[in-house]
Amino acid sequence: MRAKPIRTTILVTAACLLVAGLVLAGASAGMAVEGAAAVDAMTGAQSDMAWWMWPLILLGFCFVLGIIAVLAGVGGGVLFVPLVSGFFPFHLDFVRGTGLLVALAGALAAGPGLLRRNLASLRLALPVALIASACSIVGAFMGLALPTDVVQLCLGATIMFIAILLLTSKNVVRPHVEKQDAIGLALGMNGIYTEPSTGEEISWKTHRTLPGLLLFIVIGIMAGMFGLGAGWANVPVLNILMGAPLKVAVGTSKFLLSITDTSAAWVYLNQGCVIPLMAIPSIIGLMLGSFVGVRLLAVAKPKFIRYMVIGVLLFSGGRALMKGLGM
Amino acid sequence: MNTAKYDATPKEQVRYANMLFYGCWGGLALMAITYLIYVFGVFEPHVPMDTVIQLWSKPVRDYLTVGQVPVGWGWATLLNKGDFLNFLGIALLAGMTLVCYVPLVVAYVKKKDSLFAVIAVAEILVLAFAASGIVGGGAH
Repeated sequence: MRAKPIRTTILVTAACLLVAGLVLAGASAGMAVEGAAAVDAMTGAQSDMAWWMWPLILLGFCFVLGIIAVLAGVGGGVLFVPLVSGFFPFHLDFVRGTGLLVALAGALAAGPGLLRRNLASLRLALPVALIASACSIVGAFMGLALPTDVVQLCLGATIMFIAILLLTSKNVVRPHVEKQDAIGLALGMNGIYTEPSTGEEISWKTHRTLPGLLLFIVIGIMAGMFGLGAGWANVPVLNILMGAPLKVAVGTSKFLLSITDTSAAWVYLNQGCVIPLMAIPSIIGLMLGSFVGVRLLAVAKPKFIRYMVIGVLLFSGGRALMKGLGM
Repeated sequence: MNTAKYDATPKEQVRYANMLFYGCWGGLALMAITYLIYVFGVFEPHVPMDTVIQLWSKPVRDYLTVGQVPVGWGWATLLNKGDFLNFLGIALLAGMTLVCYVPLVVAYVKKKDSLFAVIAVAEILVLAFAASGIVGGGAH
């Protein structure tokens, strides 16, 4: 059975069943005309909305997010955490846990194709993944130990930095690497990939390996602390600093997320920061949206959408900053 | 699956890709199924839905205390509950990378690439440490 039909079938079926299931389950729970005002037995609090409304909203919201993320060329995680924490009632602890799972699911789904085409390189990924994944554990514990308003403040500043980075960074399609450094040579950070548009075989190697590896310490910590995917940082480091061709940098970055986010996700999972009611519709919604986004890429105007996303990130980063300052 | 066009790609990389493909999509399919079981109330949830929506706006410690939610691998003892059944798919997704690394170690040892074999073993240890929940606490 071919790969694409398997993925399409699972995603579309899952999304349709989820939507139908949530609506039917809500209806059968008797949340009808009088509305969903119910006093909860455990907390004594009153709810304004039926429980099934939020997962449904999340599913739709993440579906749209998935489309926009692909069209704008950004990761789902970097949009999910600031937008959901800014505009939904979920606490940042749960948003970060879910954000990591969302980014992880996307990376795991994209990984096989990238690895087979050698657009993601194990020679490049494994050493940096070891550093980033170990540091993401540290970041996750730091993020969970710090007061929420401090994390909000740092998250807001980081999101605004990411927006500015997206606006100003100029990736290089094929960086010129004259001579590979000793560490890169020892690690065998080189390879060959086939450019799909021309069929040309392109060989590549890296340089400035040590500064690159050191930066992945910072990247890992931030990924774990904020629940972000870190693709926004991986690509510039791999491409602009270390000299990997852009396609290899993007592909390897996407694959790298599956390792970095795995270790941080386990920390959040073990600390109880994953609520299935919100996590699973988020994951499936975003995956389905990404799927559709790839198909829309041919007809959409990615540049306009990218600028729109940068604007949204600036806004949500500012909002997180204000939340952190208690405004 | 026709792998002829991937001849330039190292064999261990193709093997990793294939394992990841089936594990990832299997995990997502499992997630969708267990979620439907959950929302339809086939198994009673440990934390009622209405309680969840009250607690998800509060810090995680409130959710753990009021909802009597276990930490670490405690969810494995609650697989008869609709909400915690979902952790099967989540754990499968989160565990895939570790599982895929094992054949990598074997491949690098066979190729006598001791440096990458050590890197792969170290990564397995890092992921296992994260998954184990050995170091707990810290949640505010």
